[in-house]
Amino acid sequence: MAYSDKVLDHYTNPRNVGSLDKSSTDVGTGLVGAPECGDVMKLQIKVNPETQVIEDAKFKTFGCGSAIASSSLATEWVKGRTVDEALAIKNTDIVKELSLPPVKIHCSVLAEDAIRAAIGDWKKKNVSAKEVPVEAKAGD
Amino acid sequence: MSTNGNGNGRETNLTPPPGVKLPIYMDNHATTPVDPRVLEAMMPYLTSVFGNAASRNHQFGWEAEEGVERGRDQIAKLIGATSKEIVFTSGATESDNLAIKGVAEMYREKGNHIITQVTEHKAVLDTCKRLEKYGYRVTYLPVQKDGLIDLDDLKRAIDDKTILVTIMAANNEIGVLQPIREIGKICREKGVLFHTDAVQAVGKVPFDVNKDNIDLASISGHKIYGPKGVGALYVRRKNPRVQLAAQIDGGGHERGMRSGTLNVPGIVGLGAACEICMLDMPEESKKLQALRDRLKDKILNNLDEVFINGSWEHRLPQSLNISFAYVEGESLLMGINDIAVSSGSACTSATLEPSYVLKALGTGDDLAHSSIRFGIGRFNTQAEVDYIGDRVVETVKKLRELSPLYEMAKEGIDLKSVVWSAE
Repeated sequence: MAYSDKVLDHYTNPRNVGSLDKSSTDVGTGLVGAPECGDVMKLQIKVNPETQVIEDAKFKTFGCGSAIASSSLATEWVKGRTVDEALAIKNTDIVKELSLPPVKIHCSVLAEDAIRAAIGDWKKKNVSAKEVPVEAKAGD
Repeated sequence: MSTNGNGNGRETNLTPPPGVKLPIYMDNHATTPVDPRVLEAMMPYLTSVFGNAASRNHQFGWEAEEGVERGRDQIAKLIGATSKEIVFTSGATESDNLAIKGVAEMYREKGNHIITQVTEHKAVLDTCKRLEKYGYRVTYLPVQKDGLIDLDDLKRAIDDKTILVTIMAANNEIGVLQPIREIGKICREKGVLFHTDAVQAVGKVPFDVNKDNIDLASISGHKIYGPKGVGALYVRRKNPRVQLAAQIDGGGHERGMRSGTLNVPGIVGLGAACEICMLDMPEESKKLQALRDRLKDKILNNLDEVFINGSWEHRLPQSLNISFAYVEGESLLMGINDIAVSSGSACTSATLEPSYVLKALGTGDDLAHSSIRFGIGRFNTQAEVDYIGDRVVETVKKLRELSPLYEMAKEGIDLKSVVWSAE
């Protein structure tokens, strides 16, 4: 199977590999997939509690080149967006950007799931922030 | 499984040592390059000696026939058979089909039970599945953790309706050698025919149809430095005489067992390949085993949590199948894309299923996804093995940095206890 240049680029130079502090309230962690399936993605976001802008994102992936590229791209894209803007990222956008073949589409779906899981985790930790942004400041 | 061998996306600080040309081919269980000596033997039959070997009435036919008979003889010598017992086919898949369907049809009155085992090549398994549709009963023996069948399981499985046992001599994925001689002995005692898919064993380890009590054996040209598109089936003529129902009709060639104009250049190539194997085997298997062991040591000495799949003791000297925990196979292959090997990962298979052979050993799916098969061949060198060892170690380390599973394992989390959100 031939890999697109963009997939190769993300594989060779993955963006934002690493980990953020799971215990911090500013950090949302998404862990999706399963080892038996050959795909596990961990995607973490650091969110500014006032602006809800994702200031940093890190990932780690167990999976094929397309899975690594999808999650690397995901961290690139979420950085600088607000949490709600990040939720708008669709797997089809990832497929298009990386020119993923049909057999690899599920990698992009998992990356989208990872973004949602990370945001979901952050939201759970910051229930008040979701409802009334101003009050989050007091809760920090 | 294809690899991108032109150097794109190569991230490594390692330069290949002098004399090592990239990409390196180390997938010799998938196929082998044609040995130059084989090509040389074939050339006249692709140029001036073009006759149909079945043309009885002129020199063109006689010369072609001569080439065929010489090939037949060379193959027979390699496996301890006589010329008359060699039937030519288009390859081992066809040989497996002919052996299994041919016996099933011919011995239908005697019984309808066939015994095989779960790690066979698809050419055997799919053929058995088809026979099940026709009303035959097939027993698929399990294998133990080391990949070998339990001989007691075999003894228990044989009943008065059993007409064939088909068990491979060497496994293509994990290189494990089944106890062929003992299986043959059991079959002889019970009066059941024994077929073996000998594709990966012939020419690599000693193989004798009489000593090993074999009645039928499949051979492939392109696995032993011969050309693709040609194979053979050994069919015993004495004690007992095996009869087969032909699967291809049209003229009655090959003693009525396989019709069709013979692939003369292919047969000449297959014959030459067999002869070369026979002459070179003692030295070559020592050399390849040393290279294989060197690669294994390089990997095992520099990485933790790597597991060899299949018996170490009963194995082809040139074969190595390793799982690298926490690293997925296709991503590993991508990282060593200047080296051609293959993986048991689902991502590399057409069906997105992980290797059924590794599953049969009881290897968890996660480790099956993390496996790489190395098949060292006649033309691999020590410099290549060293380079490959270094690249594999380097890439695994890099991918473990990217791996959430490695991170969790290092934190002391038992991955088996985690509840995963599978897609």
